[in-house]
Amino acid sequence: MELIIYAKYRALVARLQGELDHHSAGLVREEIDRALERTGAVNIAFDFRHVTFMDSSGIGVLMGRYKKVTALGGRLAVFGASDTVRRIMRMSGLERFMVIADKLENCFEEVAADAQKQYENGIY
Amino acid sequence: MLRNSMKTEFINRSDNERFARSVAAAFVIELDPTVDQLTEIKTAVSEAVTNAIIHGYENEEGTVTLEGSLCGDTVEFIVSDSGVGIPDINRAREPLFTGKPETERSGMGFTIMEAFMDIVEVESAVGKGTRVRMVKKISR
Repeated sequence: MELIIYAKYRALVARLQGELDHHSAGLVREEIDRALERTGAVNIAFDFRHVTFMDSSGIGVLMGRYKKVTALGGRLAVFGASDTVRRIMRMSGLERFMVIADKLENCFEEVAADAQKQYENGIY
Repeated sequence: MLRNSMKTEFINRSDNERFARSVAAAFVIELDPTVDQLTEIKTAVSEAVTNAIIHGYENEEGTVTLEGSLCGDTVEFIVSDSGVGIPDINRAREPLFTGKPETERSGMGFTIMEAFMDIVEVESAVGKGTRVRMVKKISR
């Protein structure tokens, strides 16, 4: 699992690449929590376009981060997940808590606006 | 009729979760499953193996076994450990129930196994271990 985190204004865009299971969940959790603290971000958009596998450990990671950002007054979104991963998310009731979208542009405004600036600046 | 079987054993290290689901995927490929079916099998096996690794032996080292068999168009996997066992299987199978609420476990493992496989059977005895049997018919 590789993880690239972009932070700008009060949002993180976390691009996950590879397989998200119990083994890799620890790394993702630590890196994102550290980035939240370091940057003062309160919103997270998870880029799942390059996640090739996810089991219920991924649900635990997303719910854990959801609780964190909600406590900070922020929101959480996931975009670009495969059909099977979306099925697992639906089964677990995640869409009641977070935005699940095809594209980053369809995620919540704050993150999308920040990401737009990153696209424009050629960072993302 | 196609018949095959395999058995692999590994220690309860979390990086063996990936190993186990890769073995399961390679084993079933002979039945020519769709990409979705393959992902479902990998996910269900990953859930069972992760349970064995997290809960099976608490913090002790132990062995997890993955057995597979093919019979016609049906695949069966058995994931077993000789660890602490599950005190209440029905409760463990409930959606969102987790034996480790202090960690970020979603409690969706058995629900996902049941959704992705045709049959899921759990046998467990406290102090003796747990055995999860999963069956899926690969029809195209």
